[in-house]
Amino acid sequence: MLRVAVVRFPGSNCDWDAAHAVAHAGAEARFIWHRDTDLQQADVVILPGGFSYGDYLRSGAIARFSPVMQAVQKHAAAGGAVLGICNGFQILCEAHLLPGALVRNDRLTFVSRPVWVRVERTDTFCTSAYARGTEVRIPVAHGDGCYVADEDTLRLLEAEGRVVLRYTRGENPNGSVSDIAGVSNASGTVVGFMPHPERYADPLMGSDAGAGFFRSIAAWLPGGAARSIT
Amino acid sequence: MTYRVHIRVVPRAGLLDPQGQAVEHALSVLGFAGAGEVRIGRAIELAIDAASPEAAEASARQMCERLLANPVTEDFSLAVEA
Repeated sequence: MLRVAVVRFPGSNCDWDAAHAVAHAGAEARFIWHRDTDLQQADVVILPGGFSYGDYLRSGAIARFSPVMQAVQKHAAAGGAVLGICNGFQILCEAHLLPGALVRNDRLTFVSRPVWVRVERTDTFCTSAYARGTEVRIPVAHGDGCYVADEDTLRLLEAEGRVVLRYTRGENPNGSVSDIAGVSNASGTVVGFMPHPERYADPLMGSDAGAGFFRSIAAWLPGGAARSIT
Repeated sequence: MTYRVHIRVVPRAGLLDPQGQAVEHALSVLGFAGAGEVRIGRAIELAIDAASPEAAEASARQMCERLLANPVTEDFSLAVEA
């Protein structure tokens, strides 16, 4: 069974939801405390949502230096799969595992509501269950979700098809450039996005529109197709 | 010797700064005509034990590059005081 490590930082608050969504999809979820340096042979690492270290300094800036992040860096460098959701996405950007940064929402308010996003990259470990162009409605909940990157980076992301999720027309809740809701590294093994599919991963939550991300993970074969794409 | 370091971190020029815009608007509502280009950043003060002011500055610069400022979105400046 595919092993998923869900990392817990002080202030993580979507860890249980992520673990539930993983288990519900048929994979094994284990919690890893941020002071641990052993990922317990996880195939996939999830950095869940929340407010690690109270968002002090900048969202994700302190978590990036947690002991566990060295192991995550090593895992990612070896081609291992890493998914950052919301605060996890912020941490991945701060750790330079993904390009760009997430800054204060353009309207300065915390946004918590479901939004429509389009799945634009489907050859990754966490999006393979969706057809390219599928539009799903899943919740966002963040104050610092405005994605920014310099022009060269944006051009590269678009040219290489690395925008994984994009807010559909009129749905951009935070002023993100080019309506970007999530991006990946070149090989698609590191993915980060602001929406919370784990909050819509089971019909009892009102929707399971986000379950496909976790079905993708559960069905993923480490070292298989998704990893060989460069 | 202990040096005091004053660090200013501001959003990079050209980057949207919604806080700066909101404060600029508030200033104009208060009647402060002519105030513009407001940018909101943060100030960080710290003490460093170092052999020289140059060593203190080099150390503070590394702190900014690695943690205190985000190179993607922020610029920093620093001043060292004995």
